[in-house]
Amino acid sequence: MLMKRRIGTVIYHVLVCGFGLVMIYPLVWMVMSSFKPTNTIFTTASQLIPSNPTLENYSNGWAGFAKITFAQFFSNSLFISIVATIGTVISSALVGYGLSRCQFFGRRILFVAMLLSMMLPAQVLMIPQYLWYQKLGWVGSYKPLIIPYFFAIQGFFVYLNMNFIDGIPRELDEAAKIDGCSYYGIFARVIFPLITPALITGCIFSFMWRWDDFLSALLYVNESAKYPVSLALKLFSDPGSSSDYGAMFAMATLSIMPAVLMFIFLQKYLVEGISTSGLKG
Amino acid sequence: MNKKKKQMTFRQFMGQESTAGVVFSLPFIIGFLMFMIVPMFISLYYSFCDYNILNPAVFAGPKNYIKMFTDDPTFWKTIQVTFYFALVSVPLRLIFALIVAMILQKTTLATGFYRAAYYLPSIIGGSVAVAILWRRMFAADGVFNSLLGLIGIKTSFAWLGNVNTAIWMLIILAVWQFGSSMLIFLSSLKQIPVSLYEAARVDGASKWKQFWSITLPLLTPTIFFNLVMQMINGFLAFTQCFIITQGRPLNSTLFYTVYMYQQSFEFYNTGYGAALAWVMLAIIGLITIVLFATKRFWVYSEGV
Repeated sequence: MLMKRRIGTVIYHVLVCGFGLVMIYPLVWMVMSSFKPTNTIFTTASQLIPSNPTLENYSNGWAGFAKITFAQFFSNSLFISIVATIGTVISSALVGYGLSRCQFFGRRILFVAMLLSMMLPAQVLMIPQYLWYQKLGWVGSYKPLIIPYFFAIQGFFVYLNMNFIDGIPRELDEAAKIDGCSYYGIFARVIFPLITPALITGCIFSFMWRWDDFLSALLYVNESAKYPVSLALKLFSDPGSSSDYGAMFAMATLSIMPAVLMFIFLQKYLVEGISTSGLKG
Repeated sequence: MNKKKKQMTFRQFMGQESTAGVVFSLPFIIGFLMFMIVPMFISLYYSFCDYNILNPAVFAGPKNYIKMFTDDPTFWKTIQVTFYFALVSVPLRLIFALIVAMILQKTTLATGFYRAAYYLPSIIGGSVAVAILWRRMFAADGVFNSLLGLIGIKTSFAWLGNVNTAIWMLIILAVWQFGSSMLIFLSSLKQIPVSLYEAARVDGASKWKQFWSITLPLLTPTIFFNLVMQMINGFLAFTQCFIITQGRPLNSTLFYTVYMYQQSFEFYNTGYGAALAWVMLAIIGLITIVLFATKRFWVYSEGV
């Protein structure tokens, strides 16, 4: 009986582990390939470990194209992602507090509007927004990539904060009120410090989504010195512009590094965000 | 303001609950109007126009919509491709996520590692880097064919170049990212009371029976919510198709959103693109309504 159970356990681990390896194989392959001499990547495609590893691809790739290095693209991406994230997190916390703690006329309508904004992804709004930003004279700048995020337009983050604030006992608010705190004071001194975990979760998701954002960069950024990494990588990899696959994989590997590092070190917050956003039935 | 009828100072007015609520919600009120409602209505107007960004719009009535439904075979093709993609990839992904969640429910020393391995693709799956990787993986000389070579299948089949297989490469990419749904299932599995299983065991129900009578019914609200959200997102997939296939070969992978992009920004039929966006909104609304209409037949709700 014990023997049988032990064999069962072994089979379980072999299967689960094997399938897990299949899952991450493409990524491992890309990372490994970025260390192979570029002309051997496809001749040795089935071999995972490079036989003579090299860093050449990284220096070749980093040089970028049109005299613009990837250092520039990375700092562009960092700038856009960080500023937009700050906007998203702060504005969503404010709105989340308002919707969660205050009763006012129109609250229900706003709540429905927020759910709608969650269901209306960027692609539906692609052309409408483009036409509107064109009227505003924003096309060709970072404005469409940054300013809207200061207005809590992503329902997901508002929802995340609302959920979290709903979990904070109202007695804390009452106590602060008795001590003479206004609604603004309660938010600044009581709620805001307490929702730190939700803020961190929000930061992570927002940063990762902004970092990956390809569509709006494609639409609104038209000067190669201003390209974020996602767009630069796409142009770098277009057939015709480069057949240096080693350099391409090297830069692709670097571009997913922020997400992978966050995943490794901040997993707890990621899991929390996903569970709160997906559980509502 | 100065009428002191109500004896309310500005400070008192601002301190009221209803005022504070509006003040805190102000960013969203402005943002929702400015970046969603206004653009939508502008584009509604343009969808009834001949407009190509460069020249002023000329009102043309429902011409764009009539053309779309009667005189644009590509439009129907993209609808077909997009529905095929969404209807295959979303259920597959949810089924995979559920199976793996059930398997990983049992905690062992390595569970943390396993969950991470299964979840990682979801984190970076939407990136340009992965799209580029996918394009190279399934090329004629790509890693997939050389791995097939290792197990004795020598082939130089271009998976992305064939009308029948290309769409499947995008479906596989979508299903590969089942990790976030898996985590959602894992946390709702945790919320199912253990006492239910104990009671079932006392009554002699098998594991299989327990799954169908307890686990699955109690998961249906989660499944439903994820089905709705992912169907919408499946219908709107853009980046991966745009980078990996560009709709090739022969439009067999041309997603609706990519077609919309091409019409608006490559062929400069912006008025037509705006009309396409509105039709897409209608389709998404319809999908949501249909899904909600089926809800009472299969989604468990407490207290009924």
